Amino acid sequence: MGLGAYVAVSAALFALGLVAILTRRNVIYILMGIEMILNAANINFVAFNRFGSMKLDGQMFAIFTIILAAAEAAVALAIVLNVFYLFDSVKPSETDLLRE
Amino acid sequence: MESRQLQLQRLFYGALGVLGLAGCGVGLASAGASGLAFALFALLTLGGALMCIWERSVVRSAFALMGTFTGVAGLFVLLEADFLAMAQILIYVGGILALLLFAVMLTPPDLGERRLGRVLTGLVLVGGASGWLGYEVARSARWAVQGAPLDGRAEGFSSAERIGVGFLAVDQYVVAFELAAVVLTVALVAAVYIARRRRSDLEPEKGEA
Repeated sequence: MGLGAYVAVSAALFALGLVAILTRRNVIYILMGIEMILNAANINFVAFNRFGSMKLDGQMFAIFTIILAAAEAAVALAIVLNVFYLFDSVKPSETDLLRE
Repeated sequence: MESRQLQLQRLFYGALGVLGLAGCGVGLASAGASGLAFALFALLTLGGALMCIWERSVVRSAFALMGTFTGVAGLFVLLEADFLAMAQILIYVGGILALLLFAVMLTPPDLGERRLGRVLTGLVLVGGASGWLGYEVARSARWAVQGAPLDGRAEGFSSAERIGVGFLAVDQYVVAFELAAVVLTVALVAAVYIARRRRSDLEPEKGEA
C-alpha cells in the first residue's frame, strides 16, 4: 500500500477523534478523542518516515509522542478524579466554579 | 424504547460489518495479501474509533478504543516500525487504556449522555470538512516520495537497534531522551500529588458548615 492509504487512514482517525471531542459530554470521551488524535499523528509520522528519505526521525518523533501521551494520561486521570471529588460530575459543562 | 435501541445497535454493527467486508475485498483485489492486511488493520483502527463514539457505555467505548490502539500497532508493523508497534501495545493498550478504565470505574455511569443527533451531526460536519480538505490536498499536493521505500529487511529488519543507538549517540537524540525522562518523572510525581486524598477529605466535617 502506498503513502496515500496510510495518510487517508490517519486523516479518518483524526476526524473521528475530533467528533469524539466535540459531541460527547464526558471528560473521559474527550481524553479518548485526544488519544485518537495523537495516534493519527503517529501514523503520519511513521508513514512519512518509511516513504520519505529520512533515516529514523519520524519514528523518534512518534516515540516521543507516545511518551508525552503517557504523561498526559496520568495527569489527566488525576485531574478528572479531583474534578469528580469537587463537582460530583465529570461533565465539562458543569465545572463552572468561577462563575459563582 | 429498548427495542429501538436494539435496532439501532444492529443497524450500526451491520453497516460496520458490510463496510469492513467491502474494505477487505477492495484491499485484497488491489494489492493482494499486503492489501488485505492493511485493510484489516485499518478496519480495526477506524471501526474501533467509530464504536468508541457510538457506544452509550463508557466501558464499552474504552474497550473499543483497545481495537483502535491494536490496529495502529498493526499499521506500524506494516510500516516496518516493529519497535514502535511493540511500544504502542505496551504503553497504549497496557498503560493508557488501563488508566482510562480506572477513570471510568471511579466515575458514575451516565447512559443518557450520548445524544444521537449531536453525534450524527458531528460526524456529518467533521466528515464533510475533512473529506473536502483531503480531496483538495490529494488534488494539489506533490509528495516528495522516494520511488522505492527503504527495505528494512535488507539491513536487518528490526529497527529497535537503530532506535537504541539513536537514543544514546551523543550527536543524535540523547538530549531529547533525557528531557523525556525528566518530563515523565515530573508528570508522574505531579499526578500522584494531584490525585492524592487530602487528610481533610477523610476526616469528618468540623462544625464549620
